[in-house]
Amino acid sequence: MSIFIDNSTTLIVQGITGRDGSFHTRQMIEYGTKVVGGVTPGKGGQKFDDTVPIFDTMHAAVAATGANTSVIYVPPPFAADAIMEAAAAGIKLIVCITEGVPVLDMTRVYPFVKEHGARLLGPNCPGLITPGQSKVGIIPGRICTPGNVGIVSRSGTLTYEIVHQLTRAGIGQSSCVGIGGDPINGTNFIDCLAAFEADPHTRAIAMMGEIGGTDEQEAAQFIKDHMKKPVVGFIAGQTAPPGRRMGHAGAIISGSSGTAAEKIEAFKAAGMGVAQRPVDFVDLIGARLA
Amino acid sequence: MDLACPDHTWLRSIESWLTPPDIGERVDLHEYQAKELMRAAGVPIPPGKIARTADEAEAIAREYGVAVMVKAQVHAGGRGKAGGVKFCKTPADAREKAQAILGMDIKGLTVEKVLVTEAADIASEAYVGIIVDRATKKAVFMVSAAGGIDIEEVAATTPEKILYLPVDPRYGLMSFEALRMGFFLYSDAKLARAAAKIMQQLYTAFINAGCSLAEINPLVVTPDNELIAVDGKMVIDDNELDRRPAIAALRDESSEAPSEVDARNANLTFIKLDGDVGCIVNGAGLAMATMDLVKFYGGDPANFLDIGGSSNPEKVVNALRIITADPNVKCILFNIFGGITRTDDVANGIVTATQQNPLKVPIVIRLTGTNEEIAMKILTENGFSASSDMDEAVQRAVKLAKGEAA
Repeated sequence: MSIFIDNSTTLIVQGITGRDGSFHTRQMIEYGTKVVGGVTPGKGGQKFDDTVPIFDTMHAAVAATGANTSVIYVPPPFAADAIMEAAAAGIKLIVCITEGVPVLDMTRVYPFVKEHGARLLGPNCPGLITPGQSKVGIIPGRICTPGNVGIVSRSGTLTYEIVHQLTRAGIGQSSCVGIGGDPINGTNFIDCLAAFEADPHTRAIAMMGEIGGTDEQEAAQFIKDHMKKPVVGFIAGQTAPPGRRMGHAGAIISGSSGTAAEKIEAFKAAGMGVAQRPVDFVDLIGARLA
Repeated sequence: MDLACPDHTWLRSIESWLTPPDIGERVDLHEYQAKELMRAAGVPIPPGKIARTADEAEAIAREYGVAVMVKAQVHAGGRGKAGGVKFCKTPADAREKAQAILGMDIKGLTVEKVLVTEAADIASEAYVGIIVDRATKKAVFMVSAAGGIDIEEVAATTPEKILYLPVDPRYGLMSFEALRMGFFLYSDAKLARAAAKIMQQLYTAFINAGCSLAEINPLVVTPDNELIAVDGKMVIDDNELDRRPAIAALRDESSEAPSEVDARNANLTFIKLDGDVGCIVNGAGLAMATMDLVKFYGGDPANFLDIGGSSNPEKVVNALRIITADPNVKCILFNIFGGITRTDDVANGIVTATQQNPLKVPIVIRLTGTNEEIAMKILTENGFSASSDMDEAVQRAVKLAKGEAA
């Protein structure tokens, strides 16, 4: 069991012929992901590595393959349109890896995706992996191993670090999800926590947050109110210097300083375990699985 | 949705814009630049010009022939409280005040230019701001009749005096919404309509410039019952610059730390700190966690440096150049976890950079992930040792920075 992807996931790669898109398509195929097609406008009819059919549009790709998931590696100016193209073509899970998508583009993308009944993960995220079944995005497959721990994180490489340490200690994962660090993203901590709570195979959850914003505090409140499964949290940026202020509007709109200390307090108040270092997850999660 | 927002809970998360991971992902415009963009959208703004010398300030004041304000143009809040904004009755007065303000230090920034603008008679001051909000995932207007420098106090103590209005990006700001904000500010119908027009103009400027923030504070009613924007602020989303070259050209690199400008031009995110362990990491989260771990093991990070994803060897060469330029750095720590970043690219960058400029301080390399075997081979063939354990590498770097054997 898992959340969001499993061995029934059929994937289209948007931007399959680019540098990152082609490299990671090969990695996903090697991992066992069912990559059923790719999209690069102008290259329709060709085949990627002589095996994966390429289409000019998402509409054609979905019509021909019936794919349920897409992953986006296109450059930032085209990413917003690529997300909406996927949603309009009927894709139900859209994973946007692209970093640097203008936030005003995302204000238009978000309601469009919602109205089409799709889930967006990202942008600016590493994607997700269900060990042993499917990986969509760029999380290195070999650091993961199947198991019962759900992973959700705002960061990319920090997620790999913690998954790597858990795997090394023999603690496997049900699914690992990187939600991305942009101000407007499609899927947040609470969406993932709720999915892990509902997944019978997940027994504990490791959650990695960062300074800034109040997503972690809201997640802590959700954990306190709605979750029975144990959650261990970590906040990156405990030693980061205070940020620059953003005029009066930032101060007016924020009721929180977004510091690591404040978030860690919220975790403790919700009865969560708190990892001080990435390696601490091993003992804290281990104890909760025992 | 109900627009009253007594507890701010749905708006709070905008704070993430204010914290280190977002530094380098935004461009602050000077007041005069923001005002030019707003003026181009039709917002009524008193005439003003930039002076770099006291002579120029005097000449501008003489040209206007009325009392003027002389305002420091630096990227810092609280300019007025720091003495960087002065009212001047005569051209001679403008000269004297400009002389005092130019060269002044405001929050570590040297004032190199002042805006000389016609002074306004003020009957009342309102606040108008737009910010992109994480929680609603929309641009949100905030307006209050209680404008001026104490607006943050108003928000904290009397939030009912602020109207919050999220804009649906697909329809833009609708006339009735703009008018609602106008009447929230002014009971006089003429003023309310004039304010509604300014809301539309400000929203246009906000969208056209690719802003994450646009602010008029104060929006002033003059004794003649006219509305004018006396101060303006804009912050641009860095991700908008590629498609808006005219806005990108407004970035004033002279007002930023040279090492941070250098890093940005090399596509790196860099923030200088006071410690002695120079950190080069891929990914903001791992970079922060690495700094935290340096501190945990008794050391002090010299910087935040994120080489980002999709790295190529050139990025690593630039990162090493920037780090080694800091004389405080006693040890360099690489922490690379390859995903989209290929660790062999990083290894090649380390080899190239150190061949060009041999290192004067010890280096600790930790890398694991994509193409790790190739990377390790490249490093060992070139005389470097590397580990794959983060805690071990950080402890080693902390010891070496202290001059201890590691």
